[in-house]
Amino acid sequence: MDPAASGGWRAGIRAGIPLGLAASALAVTFGAYATLAGWPPAATILMSALVFSGSAQFAFITAVSGGAGLITGLGAGALMNLRFVPMAAAAARSLHGGRFRRALEGQAVVDGSWVLAQRPDGTTNREMMIGATLVQWPAWVLGTTVGALLVPSADLLYQFGLDVVFPAFFLLLLLEAIRSRPDHRWVALIAAGLASVAVLVVPVGVALLLSAAASLVVLRRRADPAGGMP
Amino acid sequence: MTTVVVVGIVALAMINFAFKASGPAVLGDREPSERTQDVVASLSPALLAGLVVVEIAGPHWSEVDWTRIVGLAVAAVAYRRGLPDLVCILFAVVVTAGLRLLVP
Repeated sequence: MDPAASGGWRAGIRAGIPLGLAASALAVTFGAYATLAGWPPAATILMSALVFSGSAQFAFITAVSGGAGLITGLGAGALMNLRFVPMAAAAARSLHGGRFRRALEGQAVVDGSWVLAQRPDGTTNREMMIGATLVQWPAWVLGTTVGALLVPSADLLYQFGLDVVFPAFFLLLLLEAIRSRPDHRWVALIAAGLASVAVLVVPVGVALLLSAAASLVVLRRRADPAGGMP
Repeated sequence: MTTVVVVGIVALAMINFAFKASGPAVLGDREPSERTQDVVASLSPALLAGLVVVEIAGPHWSEVDWTRIVGLAVAAVAYRRGLPDLVCILFAVVVTAGLRLLVP
C-alpha cells in the first residue's frame, strides 16, 4: 500500500520506525567515526542534534580531519545537502502557515521521510513527513550518543549486516514507487545510470543531485505523449 | 580544533536550515504548473534510485560489497512476495550477516 496515501501523524510515526532504526545504526557509526577522528563526544552529539544530516556530517568531518580547512569542510557538507533545496521546494505548498512556520516545517525534509510522504500527484503528505522525521531525529541523536561514548568498531556493525538497512529501505520504497507509477521506471533507470557514473567523479551528495535530474525526463514524455519511453 | 568544531557545527546547521527553509518560505502555497508537478512527482523515484546506487557503490565505487548486494536482492524478492517492509529488511540483514559469517 502507498504509505503517503494513508493516515496522518500516527501513520507517519509508524512509518518512521524502520527509518529511525536504520538512522540509529548509521548514527552509531557516525558517533564512533567522529570520536576516532578526535572530536569530543559532546561536540559530536551536539552536531547530530543541530545538523541532523548523516551525509553532510560525515563529509564535513572527513574533510576537516583529513586536513582540509573549515571552508572546504563546509563546502563538502553543503554539496551533500544541496538536494534538500528542490525537495523542500517541492513540499512547500503542502506545508502550513506563514513564511516562518513553513520554513520551520521544511526542516522535516530528510530523504526517507520526504520520499514516504510523496503522493503520486506530486503533493506531500505533511503529517506523514513530519511524523516520520520526529521518529528519526531522536534516533539519530541517540545513536550518535551511543557511538560517541562506546565507540564500537566499524567491523562489529559490518558483521551484524547493519549497513544493509538503509539501502534496503530505499530499495523497498523505490519498488513501491514504481509499482504505484509504472511509467516512472524509466526515470528510476536513468537516475541509477546517472548516479553510477557521477559517483565515480563527484562527491556522493552531488551524484545524488545529478540523479534527481532524471526527473526532467518526464518533460520530454509530456512533449511526446505517444512515446512510452523517454 | 575547538574553533573549527564550534564554527563548523553552527555554520553547517545554518546552511542546512537555509536549504530546507528557502523553498517553503519563498514559494508558499503557490500552485506549480502541471509540468512542474510532473517533474516533482518523478523526483522521488529518481532520488531513490540514486540513493540505492550510491549506498551500494560508495565514493568512487569503493564500497561495493557482494554480501550487501545479495542481501538487497533477498529484500526485493521478499517484497515481491508481499512481505511487510520490516520483515524484508530483517531478511536482508540476516542474509548479509550470515554470508559474512560463512564466507569470511
